[in-house]
Amino acid sequence: MNRRLFKSGSGRLLAAAVLSLGLSVPQAAQAAGAIDVPDHDFSFDGIFGTFDRMQLQRGFQVYREVCSVCHGLRLISFRNLGDGPDSGNNSGGLGYTQEQVKAFAAEYTIVDGPNDEGEMFERAGLPFDHYPSPFPNRQAAEFANGGAYPSDLSLMAKARKGGADYIYYLLTGYIDPPAGVDVGALHYNRYFPGTLTVDTGRIDDETGEPILEPVPGGLIAMAQPLWEDSVVYQDGTPATVEQMAEDVSAFLMWTAEPMLEDRKRMGIKVLIFLVVLTALFYAIKRQVWSKLH
Amino acid sequence: MSSTSSNGIGSGVIKWIDYRLPIFTMMNKELNEYPTPRNLTYMWNFGSLAGIALVIMIVTGILLAMQYTAHVDMAFDSVERIMRDVNYGWLIRYIHMNGASFFFIVVYIHIFRGLYYGSYKAPREILWALGVIILLLMMATAFMGYVLPWGQMSFWGATVITNLFSAIPWGIGDAIVAWLWGGFAVDNPTLVRFYALHYLLPFVIAAVAVLHMWALHRFGSNNPLGIDAKGPQDKISFHPYYTTKDLFGFGVFFIFFAAFIFYAPNYMGHPDNYIEANPLVTPPHIVPEWYFLPFYAILRAITFDISIPFTGIVLIDAKLGGVIAMFASIAVLFVLPWLDSSPVRSGRFRPYFKWFFWIFVIDCLVLGYIGAMPAESPYTEIGQVATAWYFLHFLVILPLLSRLERPMPLPASISEPVLGGGGMAAAPARSPEGASGVSTEQSPETMR
Repeated sequence: MNRRLFKSGSGRLLAAAVLSLGLSVPQAAQAAGAIDVPDHDFSFDGIFGTFDRMQLQRGFQVYREVCSVCHGLRLISFRNLGDGPDSGNNSGGLGYTQEQVKAFAAEYTIVDGPNDEGEMFERAGLPFDHYPSPFPNRQAAEFANGGAYPSDLSLMAKARKGGADYIYYLLTGYIDPPAGVDVGALHYNRYFPGTLTVDTGRIDDETGEPILEPVPGGLIAMAQPLWEDSVVYQDGTPATVEQMAEDVSAFLMWTAEPMLEDRKRMGIKVLIFLVVLTALFYAIKRQVWSKLH
Repeated sequence: MSSTSSNGIGSGVIKWIDYRLPIFTMMNKELNEYPTPRNLTYMWNFGSLAGIALVIMIVTGILLAMQYTAHVDMAFDSVERIMRDVNYGWLIRYIHMNGASFFFIVVYIHIFRGLYYGSYKAPREILWALGVIILLLMMATAFMGYVLPWGQMSFWGATVITNLFSAIPWGIGDAIVAWLWGGFAVDNPTLVRFYALHYLLPFVIAAVAVLHMWALHRFGSNNPLGIDAKGPQDKISFHPYYTTKDLFGFGVFFIFFAAFIFYAPNYMGHPDNYIEANPLVTPPHIVPEWYFLPFYAILRAITFDISIPFTGIVLIDAKLGGVIAMFASIAVLFVLPWLDSSPVRSGRFRPYFKWFFWIFVIDCLVLGYIGAMPAESPYTEIGQVATAWYFLHFLVILPLLSRLERPMPLPASISEPVLGGGGMAAAPARSPEGASGVSTEQSPETMR
């Protein structure tokens, strides 16, 4: 998310400022085989970026109908979906009404308790409940997924290099593996970090070893999750793989950084204030020092 | 505050207090009248910027501490609760997170300014040493602070860095590591004690910073010419001249700081720290925060055992060698005032030193880059050359330069170049108290 900022005009200014500070802020080191994820344009990019509420709702639908089968969203409460000016919490939610939020929550069964008799009991979900994870614990999740752990997605857009771009390209990056790559029980993905090599068929003259050539991408346990019309969008948007991938990536940016809009909105005010204040400071400094020169 | 320090200050209650506790006299003397060289550039802003950064870190840190839970099962989620549910918690946390980076940025610029203008030379050796102590305390504080969110890099960074002590031979190292951890791995006791120390150390930094300023005010600031003030015409009162200049510096600093807080808050962090710590999953690449990267590169540069030739007896194995090199890279700063014995302070008048200074800056940037790269060829070799140069610069080049280099002639006084060559003739008019132009300091810059 932040890397892309530097593409926009004002972002370039910021990047130049960083450079002029003489700072070399090395990005996270390139792990062997790590891939530079291209940029994808999202509505929340840049200094004035905001979430597209309809897109977030579509992304939420994709999460609910596809991702949530394996992936949790434990840091999100149902109430967060209805956050907004009228809920007493300024952080933008998905634009749902409080009634819709209650209805979403009630679709889930939550284990609560103990009650007065010391027994745990089940009840319908309420807005303050956290999103229930699909598996009771990590071991159960790994056991059900052939040893691979389907990560919780709450912070995914901040926990991977490339952020929402990475999620988008990963979800659309299921292509046929390069010739010579044995995928086994896994799946080839163009944007999954890995250390894949293919045998070039040539032999190194000195060592006598076959020459291996690295290929981009890696092998991922998750099978391609999104296919044409995996969901039927309520707003009638055609559910192409790219559309769903973009929608759910935007939704996961929101789950990772629900205060993103607050942050950017406040940032503009703060920066304008600081620029004016600094100009005043400079004028005062000039005036005071003029007595000396 | 018009009255002078000698006659007491203020009136009424202020005067009553000041008579018994002369704190207003002291503040007037050290912050208002305090005579400061008139030629300080904006490079002299970074000391006060470091001070404001420390205050920001302590204030935001205390606010975060009210919401944070130091327990391995809850720390990660408590930070996310701050981000999501605490009013403006995201703002406070992003200020604190980026504040650490910006604290290091201003301190590093402050240090390099001192290196270029010879601010470590007599009579400011103790001032310099106190600064190096602050740097060490900052590094310890930042390292422990990074552990608190209990993400993957928190955990694995803590594991790697605490394990450094296991390099000490004869079983002592392993005992120290277990003692640091409070167990046999980085775990809950480690987290809780790091939290306690992370809260304590900033106040120790503040105390050493007071000593740092005390030592500074003994002889006053160095200046771009590196020569002592010859008289009152060379100095101006701190207020209003440097208060206004520092305020402008604060403004510029806050613009950069705010740009990161609001538009790139995670740019200087590592994505892996948004994954909760898991002792069973090692990240493919464990990297410290950017401000440690040069030292991390030095640590990893020693990839060879140091042994007695032809005998195969290993004196210092590679791991211990790396740890020694890393600590030595800071320790060498303590003896810098005696390694560089040139009587000329400012790099402006040292034609060769100037070049070696910039080579040294580049060397440090190279080390920072190498610290972020995987430990493989050619990065390892570049890191070794850069590490060797780091120590060569301090241990060989600076001592040799101070003997061989022929410095350029120094200006007669600070006010001479400032007032456009008029020198002493025009200057005494500036003297606020009509004092004679005699320097109160022994001037060490005798020409060779």
